[in-house]
Amino acid sequence: MDIHEYQAKELLSEFGVSVPQGGLAYSPEQAAYRAREIGGHNWVVKAQIHSGGRGKVGGVQFCNTEHDVYKAADAMFGQRLVTKQTGQQGKTVYRVYVEGEVPVKRELYLGLVMDRSTERVMVVASAVGGLEIDEISSSEPESIIRCIVEPAVGMQAFQAREIAFKLGVEAEQINRVIEVIIGCYRAFEELDATMVEINPLVITEEGSLCAVDAKMTFDDNALYRHPEIAELRDKSQEDARETRAADRGLNYVGCDGNIGCIVNGAGLAMATMDMIQQSGGQTANFLDIGGGATPERVAKAFRLVTSDENVTAILVNVFAGINHCDWVAEGILLALKKEPVDIPIVVRLAGTNVDAGRKILSGSGLPLIRANTLKEAAERVVQAQKSSIAGVNGVVAG
Amino acid sequence: MSILVDRSTPVLIQGITGKVGSFHCREMLKYGTNVVGGVTPGKAGEKVEGLPVFDTVKAAVKQTGATASVIFVPPPFAADSIMEAADSSLALAVAITDGIPAQDMIKVKRYMRRYREANRMTLLGPNCSGIISPGKSLLGIMPGEIFLQGNVGVIGRSGTLGYEAASQMMELNVGISTSVGIGGDPINGSSFLDILKLFDADEDTDVVVLVGEIGGPQEAEAAHYIRDTMRKPVVAYVAGRTAPKGRTMGHAGAIISAFGESADEKVEILRDVGAVIVPSPSEIGSTTSKVLANLNTADN
Repeated sequence: MDIHEYQAKELLSEFGVSVPQGGLAYSPEQAAYRAREIGGHNWVVKAQIHSGGRGKVGGVQFCNTEHDVYKAADAMFGQRLVTKQTGQQGKTVYRVYVEGEVPVKRELYLGLVMDRSTERVMVVASAVGGLEIDEISSSEPESIIRCIVEPAVGMQAFQAREIAFKLGVEAEQINRVIEVIIGCYRAFEELDATMVEINPLVITEEGSLCAVDAKMTFDDNALYRHPEIAELRDKSQEDARETRAADRGLNYVGCDGNIGCIVNGAGLAMATMDMIQQSGGQTANFLDIGGGATPERVAKAFRLVTSDENVTAILVNVFAGINHCDWVAEGILLALKKEPVDIPIVVRLAGTNVDAGRKILSGSGLPLIRANTLKEAAERVVQAQKSSIAGVNGVVAG
Repeated sequence: MSILVDRSTPVLIQGITGKVGSFHCREMLKYGTNVVGGVTPGKAGEKVEGLPVFDTVKAAVKQTGATASVIFVPPPFAADSIMEAADSSLALAVAITDGIPAQDMIKVKRYMRRYREANRMTLLGPNCSGIISPGKSLLGIMPGEIFLQGNVGVIGRSGTLGYEAASQMMELNVGISTSVGIGGDPINGSSFLDILKLFDADEDTDVVVLVGEIGGPQEAEAAHYIRDTMRKPVVAYVAGRTAPKGRTMGHAGAIISAFGESADEKVEILRDVGAVIVPSPSEIGSTTSKVLANLNTADN
């Protein structure tokens, strides 16, 4: 789960990381008021969206008057920002954060992430932070400092010290850098984060340290033990279809094609998508209904897929182990009874209780297209999708 | 022979009194698995399917002589159960539980290092479908009837994709020595490499099928072994070549991600080390069958 910049800063400051003075606003008026509260003459207005790269698309504005703060915020509210990290559909701005501008002397980069090859937390740092981190990490990967944390004892002071010295900061800042690194690690560990990033970590003109931007991502599997973090979820920043799916125990990712997929298991779901594309079709989604899917859950999956108006054919591919084919069949019937659809549906069932499942479907009188193998299923749904489109066009033409 | 489990392997079920645990206890017994008891703290003295329930894994091991365990404990307590298994001199634990926090798994992996490698329990999963040596023993949740006994070793992350592979193979009369689900979580007990080594040493396995997926470094790691050491032919399929790209915030993930994590890169790396690449998910069975046929011709 992702959270906003201002939320990450609030959390990190509890772990001893200093952040600029700032305030959240839900309206341009409130943004101007926040600027006055902060004082001074230099402010930054920052769109709060779950994505980096905001600065490049107008999501970060520097202002010198309260009126400018008002105008900048006014322009941001309701705007959909499309960045490198958001995907084509972008993310809409409903909150802005106003901060006092920090006089920058140097920008560093600090990130903590779960490293899958060592199966430990890795700290990555760079003496060059800010917008240039992208470039540095690909052009000079060897310049990136990496450090693995031993989970039994956690981040040690000497490790943080080594990083600080490699960053080449001046003697008076060494201890501050160490505090920030250790603070970030403690936050990562105690809050079950999967990513903490401060970019840039600024050394100010006065020589103090300040986290000018911050991002945190959390382990969904651990949210049960951090209700205070779970509350920070902002559904407005999620794909509406994905949110609806997640709330119903389904794992869904939208794509741009027209064949809806309902599959059990992530691996089989991906293989099914690969198969459809190899057969000449385009998939509308990835959907894993998971293990132990009840008829109700299958019916919900159906409604979710059909709510995507691009979908003109559906493939159900279930290889039941912990699932039961008869439950899946009942779920299909349940969904179609409530909301009949007039697009072709191909069903491929295999595994536990397959005969019972097939019997339920063939006895239903529904015009379902049956398939026995993965290949057959993919070919039939692609074929059915093409002819259904041709059919619709034919009616229009006639 | 087969790897990790055999007909006689005495098996415990941790979480045996739960709904899922007791259901799969029954299914495993039906398949012929030598289930000898179960563990649920506070329920010692009860019986499930006529089998004794114990409070601790150590008590269960002492009374039954179990050497393996299947774990159906809910996510908040599962890491603890895995460590308990590791500390009770079991040789194998299969963690079926889906949804264990990643940091719990980091701790589990660290904890297991306190045992010398020779005494260290092998962990499969979490979030896996289990392990089956067809006709001998099933430790997990897979439908046993789709696995035919034979000489092909199968390793996969995804349970259901593993079923797909097994049923394609059965259709062509290709049998399996052991099929191992290593689980879909980012931090798991055994990697592709760990299991590949066991199959390489198993005299009843002639070909190994590796069913990979996008994400993580484990296929690339296995590829080095295939190139340098592996004596048996490897067939590989990688799912997710057309999967939508995950959206992640920040740069940290991208900075540490290495070449070899996308499906196309994995295919490229595996092809380069001589693995036979399965061109389409419907051809896992037929590709394996061809590799087996070539092997037999070469032998004659």
